[in-house]
Amino acid sequence: MARPALRQTFLSPLIRENPITLQILGICSALAVTTSLDTALTMSVSLTVVLVLSAAIISMIRRHIPVSIRLILQILIVASLVIVIDQVLQAYFFGISQRLSVFVSLITTNCLVLGRTESFARSNPVIPSVVDAAGNGLGYSLILIVIGTIREVLGKGTLMGQPVLRSVEDGGWFVPLNLMLLAPSAFFLLGLLVWAIRSALPEQVEPPAHTPPRRREAGE
Amino acid sequence: MADWSPLALWKRFLAQPNDNRGKTIFVAVLVAATCSAFVTGATVLLRPIQAANRAAETQLRLEALISAIPGMQELLAADASAKLSTVVVDLDTGMAAREVTPATLDAALQEADNYRPLDAAADIAGIGTRPRYVQIYILRRDDQVQTAIFPVIGSGYNGPIEAMIALTGDMNTIAGLAVTQQSETPGLGARIEEPTWQAGFQGTVIRDPSGAMKFAVARGPAVSSYEVDGITGASRTGRGVTQMVRFWLGPDGYGPVIEAIRRQEF
Repeated sequence: MARPALRQTFLSPLIRENPITLQILGICSALAVTTSLDTALTMSVSLTVVLVLSAAIISMIRRHIPVSIRLILQILIVASLVIVIDQVLQAYFFGISQRLSVFVSLITTNCLVLGRTESFARSNPVIPSVVDAAGNGLGYSLILIVIGTIREVLGKGTLMGQPVLRSVEDGGWFVPLNLMLLAPSAFFLLGLLVWAIRSALPEQVEPPAHTPPRRREAGE
Repeated sequence: MADWSPLALWKRFLAQPNDNRGKTIFVAVLVAATCSAFVTGATVLLRPIQAANRAAETQLRLEALISAIPGMQELLAADASAKLSTVVVDLDTGMAAREVTPATLDAALQEADNYRPLDAAADIAGIGTRPRYVQIYILRRDDQVQTAIFPVIGSGYNGPIEAMIALTGDMNTIAGLAVTQQSETPGLGARIEEPTWQAGFQGTVIRDPSGAMKFAVARGPAVSSYEVDGITGASRTGRGVTQMVRFWLGPDGYGPVIEAIRRQEF
């Protein structure tokens, strides 16, 4: 019984309950760091590590977290982990950490992390919490990688810095789409992705919040 | 009879209800202490590596700044008498420092005596104190100073801005600027890192013929030869850069050094 449940915990956040496309959580960082694949990958790894570690720690001490200060405690743990990850990046991946600028530190306020620790890790044993955190982290990573790949290929004609579409400047045919490097393109791609996923899985479609007024024809 | 061994005390403490006031405070203190120890440990352990990274980055930007100044690369390559030298200057006297060399500069800057506090009127760049010794770079050709590169620091919108500013031999024209460290808002103030913006500094004149400081980052496009283009949405960053350049090229900054270079004492 426990095994399929764990599997389920891990697999469902990948696509079916993906934190970005279903819950629309943590999108500001997802939009900001996806101009190229390497920053998207670094951000994905950082977020997944922070998420897994904070879920493990919070789940370990879950029986002793006073309810009145639980959010402060969780943010404190998440923030400490984020600072350490940021310091590690600055020490060993200096170039990428310069390009990610504030977005690694902003993982602290990523609602995805606090959402998982508050709603899952705080009330579940360590192993399911870690599995759930890893699933959510990978679900986030998956979307970032997809968007990062599309934006880098269409925006610069490269992938991980390696040219894949020869641009006009180098004598090829490809004209880079500058729009892809700007923030709105990430919204467009994310919107298209949500559309695609919800078309494939219609049970995700939310009921309309209100019915639009009946259209009146001109001259009526 | 109660057991007073630490383990039993700890167990009794954990067995208390979570909403107990004493336990709440104790858990908060414990988590805070653990987290701060963790963060401090990581920061202290990783600092030497980060410092080395930043020094390498500064060196890289210095080289990029030199190669971006028109004709500089050719000059260095073609002329054997042209060479870049590193000099530690004493900002109090405006002369090359006697006791401090580039090798001992770091040690000298550890001493509080070597910093001069700035009063509010003089401190237009918002930096509080100014070091007495700074390392500058001078490019000479046939014993004439061709270019001098000065490191500068000022305060931007989110934190300090560090840069290197290169002046041509007349000490009144900017040959180039490179931002080496900043934490401005990404997409707005952080655009001071963009080479296209920095290229606007080239040829900008600092003082008018009467000697009054005229340099400024404009609000909007530059309209005179004393201005560089402003960045939309980053007026505080722009003002920070203006004040930084004005302070460091003024009498409390490199003014005495610039005068000495003009008098050809270097």
